[in-house]
Amino acid sequence: MSKEPVAVVGIGQTKHVAARRDVSIAGLVREAARRALEDAELSWADVDAVVIGKAPDFFEGVMMPELYLADALGAVGKPMLRVHTAGSVGGSTALVAANLVAARVHGTVLTLAFEKQSESNAMWGLSLPVPFQQPLLAGAGGFFAPHVRAYMRRSGAPDTVGSLVAYKDRRNALKNPCAHLHEHDITLEKVQASPMLWDPIRYSETCPSSDGACAMVLTDRAGAARAPRPPAWMLGGAMRSEPTLFAGKDFVSPQAGKDCAADVYRQAGVADPRRDIDAVEMYVPFSWYEPMWLENLGFAEAGEGWKLTESGVTELDGDLPVNMSGGVLSANPIGASGMIRFAEAALQVRGQAGEHQLERARKVLGHAYGGGSQFFSMWLVGAAPPQS
Amino acid sequence: MPEVLQAPLVVEFPFTRSLGPVQSAFLTGLREGVVLGVRTGDGRTLVPPVEYDPVTAEEISDLVEVAHTGTVTTWAWNHEPRRGQPLDTPFAWVLVRLDGADTALLHALDAPGPDAVRTGMRVRIRWAVERTGAITDIACFEPYDAEPGPPAGRQPGRHTGEFQNPLTGIVAPARLDYTYSPGRAQSAYIDALATQRTVGERCPSCRKVYVPPRGACPTCGVATSEQVEVGPRGTVTTFCIVNIKAKNLDIEVPYVYAHIALDGAGLALHARIGGIPYEEVRMGLRVEPVWTQGARYPDHYRPTGEPDADYDAYKELL
Amino acid sequence: MTREIAVVAFAQTDHRRSTEESSEVEMLMPVLHEVLARTGLRAADIGFTCSGSSDYLAGRAFSFTLALDGVGAWPPISESHVEMDGAWALYEAWTKLLTGDADTALVYSYGKSSPGSVRDVLTRQLDPYYVAPLWPDSIALAALQAQALIDAGHTDEPALAAVGARSRADATANPHAQLKGAVPQGGYVVRPLRTGDCPPVGDGAAAVILAAGDRARELCERPAWIRGIDHRIEAHALGVRDLTDSPSARLAAEKAGAFERPVDTAELHAPFTAQEVILRRALRLGDDVRVNPSGGALAANPVMAAGLLRIGEAAARIHRGASDRALAHATSGPCLQQNLVAVLEGDPR
Repeated sequence: MSKEPVAVVGIGQTKHVAARRDVSIAGLVREAARRALEDAELSWADVDAVVIGKAPDFFEGVMMPELYLADALGAVGKPMLRVHTAGSVGGSTALVAANLVAARVHGTVLTLAFEKQSESNAMWGLSLPVPFQQPLLAGAGGFFAPHVRAYMRRSGAPDTVGSLVAYKDRRNALKNPCAHLHEHDITLEKVQASPMLWDPIRYSETCPSSDGACAMVLTDRAGAARAPRPPAWMLGGAMRSEPTLFAGKDFVSPQAGKDCAADVYRQAGVADPRRDIDAVEMYVPFSWYEPMWLENLGFAEAGEGWKLTESGVTELDGDLPVNMSGGVLSANPIGASGMIRFAEAALQVRGQAGEHQLERARKVLGHAYGGGSQFFSMWLVGAAPPQS
Repeated sequence: MPEVLQAPLVVEFPFTRSLGPVQSAFLTGLREGVVLGVRTGDGRTLVPPVEYDPVTAEEISDLVEVAHTGTVTTWAWNHEPRRGQPLDTPFAWVLVRLDGADTALLHALDAPGPDAVRTGMRVRIRWAVERTGAITDIACFEPYDAEPGPPAGRQPGRHTGEFQNPLTGIVAPARLDYTYSPGRAQSAYIDALATQRTVGERCPSCRKVYVPPRGACPTCGVATSEQVEVGPRGTVTTFCIVNIKAKNLDIEVPYVYAHIALDGAGLALHARIGGIPYEEVRMGLRVEPVWTQGARYPDHYRPTGEPDADYDAYKELL
Repeated sequence: MTREIAVVAFAQTDHRRSTEESSEVEMLMPVLHEVLARTGLRAADIGFTCSGSSDYLAGRAFSFTLALDGVGAWPPISESHVEMDGAWALYEAWTKLLTGDADTALVYSYGKSSPGSVRDVLTRQLDPYYVAPLWPDSIALAALQAQALIDAGHTDEPALAAVGARSRADATANPHAQLKGAVPQGGYVVRPLRTGDCPPVGDGAAAVILAAGDRARELCERPAWIRGIDHRIEAHALGVRDLTDSPSARLAAEKAGAFERPVDTAELHAPFTAQEVILRRALRLGDDVRVNPSGGALAANPVMAAGLLRIGEAAARIHRGASDRALAHATSGPCLQQNLVAVLEGDPR
């Protein structure tokens, strides 16, 4: 028995901001969900199940918040699943939802991911004082900066590459009304003049802390046939995990990321990602991760990813645009960030990305990662349904 | 085997919760001594008012004022109040359907004892002396033997939900107390540190030495147990220079946060580098621990003066 | 035609009040080894891994990432995690197997209630605006439900005590149970619930292996076929629900096909005695159905694993021929807000 093809027929996001002070947690998720349903021209009653994801519960101080959110998401009387796979959760959540359709358990599934970081602050949530451990750092930047240095050493990349990514993503964000950061006066010089926080990572090369939600309506072939706008078709999707820290771990290019991409490409019949894939929405919380992931995902040989960035290949008008939406560097509601990548990939192949729409977007990759560069989730979506 | 360690872990934060319009009206109303409900499409009145209809999922916002009196729909006698609960003397938890409402509100009932409480009994709100716009503005309920009636001086019915200085958010402090135990392997590691030794554990399968040990070899999924002393010297495999001061850390910036592969260890641990200008720290630098009196961990690592390690010698240990 | 999927192996810890000598991974790892050993599979043979646990129970963010150390996720594995009871992790794994992407799945969950006060921790599940600030603990909410049930005439205190006594008596045959034998009913904790009406607080872990079709037959002499599995959620606010009923459990059971033919056994995740009464009615279980032969959650209730334990216990009875068709149930949230029902069958003997 082959799998049921999965289509994205509705996408909704909030305008991501530092603090949404006008809504409750329910109001925030509801806004994204309602927009996704409106995009699909469906009502709450058309949804068979809800799959929700977010990063640690401590961020909002609500344990298993899906219990409280059931009413707001029209889940009463329906199945509701809650996924948590650290930073990759937005992507994983979409894949769990897609499986419900692919397995023919449900016809139409609402999937949603969110974070309302303004309820606490991420620095606190990430740095709970665990006894007996030596406090050395606060926040994620210091954790990832040594890996960036390792990449620079290994690849010989010039130290300007990180600022090029930040400058590109912030300019892309100006074309995305949902992005958190709209830095209209951004210049490369400003990025390069921003303070060095965790050398080699500068302030402007880090992601903001955002409130936001993203939702998608996934459906089967019959649902796609009824959809008012072109669907995005899932051509491949996979998750891979490896341990947090282990002897022999390659933090610069984790094996789990390579394996995950390879699985997606196999499902989608992609032989050469650089040739066959038109664009990528990848999870880049610190700018240097763009060249690192370009290599990890097979778009460049090891040590060569920065050359794509430096030569403009990943610009909006480049040959392989990366993070057309502005990426995580321009909006980071943590739990939602992975789903936003998946959703932005789908918007591109649907031709619904507005000002940041690419001319050529037949196959676009959505990518998310989390934990200590250990949890990966990806999907490849296309404008045409999967063959076979 | 050394004793397994334990220590208190307090998880505490004053969460700042923004409110939607219906919640804002309800909580601001409580501050003003007004209890609001919300009307659903099928004409029921929900108190407390939720933002979305639990049956149809529609957004609902038609507010109505209900009475301060009501009827207990179920109850439970709580003879040992816990931290944070509405009363610190024995009380009944109650679900109360306020007059004018179709659903019940959870709160406390101040009553002399369980014999004084029953389902169906009449109660009324006892307001808190100082009200800020929170569910705790209702101090509790109290027995009230009278017929249903309108709130003093007002007729129940539609309410705009508009008040002077409406609330836009609440602060919800939450504290949970845990007793943290790091388990056998980490306890042994910390125990050895007390004698200024760094002791990892070897995987019986892949033979790699884990420092600090976490009880399992994460790649083989088997318990580690053979203890192996590593270091004390090691190699800086990668690092960053931290320039921002974290609120909860008493470390002057800038400082170097480094991955250090201790000699004999299968992977790097993380520590601070000192005894050298931060801009001179480099990958491959050879370092050794510096201990301070009474500290559980080395305060930092400093250069040994040995020649730098070859990149090839540590490139798998970043 | 839909793929046939079965529970082929089950393992659990001895459930205890405290496992302070072990970290989570140290507690979990022997269970993972045991469940693999029952099938002869190695970690690398598993097609998909899914777990369930809660950061709030552990008091640490991302706590599940360290538990992954016990799996041996190298080379990297296809893996996911739900912040829910392991029964829902099993549900996710079941859908993964249905797609044909994997033939086997490892499902595990664990919970250590001993580090914190689980009564208070669970208050953080409640509406953060109107309810959580009052800190109504889990026993208080269950007591409100029990009183509603008594008021409705569906039970009384002696009947509830009998549920507890029967559960602990049955648990004497369960070597893993925490509370077994003659346990005094005790005084009120929150009236009308007495000590005997409440679950023990404890730590534990459970693991299950699922396999599809012929793979299941290879791995297990008598696979426990999942004939149906479904879960449903209700409105969150207690005041809008009929606490004496469990419409979501009934609907899940109906969708899982539980009412098509009678079951001989039911493992119900009812941490409080009154909840068993509610579930028996909602699930239409007659007196001839053997309910919670393991002792159920009243004998061992490691939060986040207790639901998966019910599926494991029901499957294990089918494996050893003590049941032919069993219903397994898991719950989550205050007063049975969310419920999962699985129907398991053995091949005819």
